[in-house]
Amino acid sequence: MDIYRSHVLICAGSGCTSSGSDNVAGAFDRLLKEEGLEKEVKIVRTGCFGLCEMGPVVIVYPEGAFYSRVNEEDVEEIVKEHLLKGRIVKRLLYKESLDKDQIKSLDQVDFYKKQMRVALRNCGVIDPENIDEYIAMDGYKALAKVLTEMTPEQVIEEIKKSGLRCRGGAGFPTGMKWQFAYNSKDDKKYVCCNADEGDPGAFMDRSVLEGDPHSVLEAMAIAGYAIGSDQGYIYVRAEYPIAVKRLEIAIRQAREYGLLGKNILGTGFSFDIDLKIGAGAFVCGEETALLNSIEGGRGEPRPRPPFPAVKGLWQKPTLLNNVETYANICQIILKGADWFAGIGTERSKGTKVFALGGKINNTGLVEIPMGTPLRDVIYEIGGGCPNGKAFKAVQTGGPSGGCIPAEHIDIPIEFDTLVQIGSMMGSGGMIVMDEDNCMVDIAKFFLEFTCDESCGKCVPCRIGTKRMLEMLEKITQGKGEEEDIEKLEQLALNIKDSALCALGQTAPNPVLSTIRYFRDEYEAHIRDKKCPAGVCTALLQYVIDADKCKGCGICARNCPADCISGEKKSPYVIDQDKCIKCGTCMEKCPFDAISKK
Amino acid sequence: MAVKEVRDTVDIPENFEKLQGVIDEYKEKKGALIPVLQKAQDIFGYLPLEVQKFIAKGMDVPLQRIYGIATFYAQFSLEPKGEHSIGLCMGTACYVRGAQSVLEKLKEELGVDVGGTTEDLKFTLTATRCLGCCGLAPVMMIDDDVYGRLTPDRIPEILGKYR
Ligand SMILES: Cc1cc2nc3c(=O)[nH]c(=O)nc-3n(C[C@H](O)[C@H](O)[C@H](O)COP(=O)(O)O)c2cc1C
Ligand code: FES
Repeated sequence: MDIYRSHVLICAGSGCTSSGSDNVAGAFDRLLKEEGLEKEVKIVRTGCFGLCEMGPVVIVYPEGAFYSRVNEEDVEEIVKEHLLKGRIVKRLLYKESLDKDQIKSLDQVDFYKKQMRVALRNCGVIDPENIDEYIAMDGYKALAKVLTEMTPEQVIEEIKKSGLRCRGGAGFPTGMKWQFAYNSKDDKKYVCCNADEGDPGAFMDRSVLEGDPHSVLEAMAIAGYAIGSDQGYIYVRAEYPIAVKRLEIAIRQAREYGLLGKNILGTGFSFDIDLKIGAGAFVCGEETALLNSIEGGRGEPRPRPPFPAVKGLWQKPTLLNNVETYANICQIILKGADWFAGIGTERSKGTKVFALGGKINNTGLVEIPMGTPLRDVIYEIGGGCPNGKAFKAVQTGGPSGGCIPAEHIDIPIEFDTLVQIGSMMGSGGMIVMDEDNCMVDIAKFFLEFTCDESCGKCVPCRIGTKRMLEMLEKITQGKGEEEDIEKLEQLALNIKDSALCALGQTAPNPVLSTIRYFRDEYEAHIRDKKCPAGVCTALLQYVIDADKCKGCGICARNCPADCISGEKKSPYVIDQDKCIKCGTCMEKCPFDAISKK
Repeated sequence: MAVKEVRDTVDIPENFEKLQGVIDEYKEKKGALIPVLQKAQDIFGYLPLEVQKFIAKGMDVPLQRIYGIATFYAQFSLEPKGEHSIGLCMGTACYVRGAQSVLEKLKEELGVDVGGTTEDLKFTLTATRCLGCCGLAPVMMIDDDVYGRLTPDRIPEILGKYR
């Protein structure tokens, strides 16, 4: 191995790639060559560091200098100043990491301080396209240990003892799932990985696949050994091209190294993995629909039982786990069930990855020990809401989940507490809302999503959610009636009871939880025909404050509907009948004289 | 793949030869129908009836099964698409940060609804799910380029680059 004096880690995850990290990496390649430093400084394109908001992110070691929002043009300065002359470019440092001229180490920065990385341990640390780097981080050691020192029963026992609960949403004990698949006797069994990640606003699984694909492959091989299977499938969304590419590379390398394929490590155990690319349907994240889709058909759910562990893919016993579930397995095998069970709370062990997004300063990926209070995530890690706005609620569990209002900000984040207050852990999307978000509108947003994604097989989901959506539309348009809230609740309960799969059964959750905590907002829409957050356009009026208006006429000139009139130097007025409520006038007014009500 | 004129792709015989190659490669594999349709869409840009029939015959499955799959998944299109595809993210993070107003602006500028293609076959407008760049919300993709931190007034200038 070559020795380098410095390492430049550049995030090549989806977030930073969109902000241009490819060009930044290219500029480093070019400039290091020009300066003749390519033998001294190594460039590593890694997976996600988590702090997507600040991307493209570049970290230079050994100093641990954390550069954020690096442009292609900035690279020259980093190369000439930092790498050539050893002078850190303070201007480009992530401001949180600078404490009175001293660089703080990363784990002292607010965003990282309370985090603990288990599933994401290698993301942002290694080059995901290089199996040697994974192996250098103890990669494939767990597989070797399992194959040479443990029986399948012992593996399952270890997973059970760790208390790991499945990360795909429901939180079922993983070890039990493995046990069921093990118990089903058959000549052929399958191990599947759910990488469909349908929750709109979540990208945890993608980051694992992009940043550390081998950890999933290795865990699937371990699962194969435990339940007695020789074939795995990863079902990954077509919308994740980078993840697909990295998985393809990883599978190829693992085969070349004899870590996938026939007779792995000379132990006689054979296991191989193929990719299946999804074609854009949310319901395919549901386990039985996913199996139908892998088989090449319409991704409609099947009635359960039989459960996949008994009759799954091509009617054979099948173990299906989520990406993040697998990402925990190798660490449990290497460090032991007791170590894992020592993290988290009584009933929720280990850590959980969340994709923090919406109205929050530090959007990005965070991994925290179970039981961390929501407050720490929002204020310490997330840095609160931007522009000093008040935190209102956070939505977890995506379209199947619910919201947690500000009054519950001190609850610990774990499976059971979230369910108690009407939300759920879900796969890990965490969308923050501030005072400017209308909760009725958010409920409507999620219902539009489920209506759109309902596969149409069962009536409660296909038609019931549509009726609920129509009622919400009515309410947001100011046509709601007093009894609509009760009707919504009633219909919601009916759908929960009768839909075929969890897509329908959970679709009403966002509505129920927003009614539970923000009933007054629903009532304001219905009774007073007002949207307190100022979102639902049908209920808004833009008005000009005659006292503040200086009569400059800028609003009238910019109005696309020509509905503002007045004389120069005297207050203008908006013709409410013609107003299209685009908000342009409010944006353009230099005197803040226009407001929406 | 971009399709400029509706007739183009199905009128090129090589395209069907390519498709035959795909069918030969996948025919014996398990669960191969979706990958074949994906490759067919790469070749033709969309999945007109002619192409579906060709696949039905080649793969030896009933046409209604092909049609059933092609209409189930959002990725498949039975209509030709515009030269540039615009995917505005309507994921939750983007939505709470104002994607709706960007969408309205796009619709206004292009004169089409979501799912529509402009008359000159330049643009197809779609609303996509989370693109995984929530940190830059609201986000849209035009072909392979990602545009983040969008506001409605940036739209005309961005579209201008493709016009
Ligand atoms: C409508 C619907 C969508 C789902 N989407 C996903 C998904 O995108 N990713 C995922 O891992 N699990 C998803 N699930 C959960 C899966 O059905 C399944 O429980 C999970 O993949 C099993 O993995 P686990 O046991 O490791 O959690 C979804 C469930 C439903 C009902
Ligand atoms: S919600 Fe738009 S990129 Fe994630």
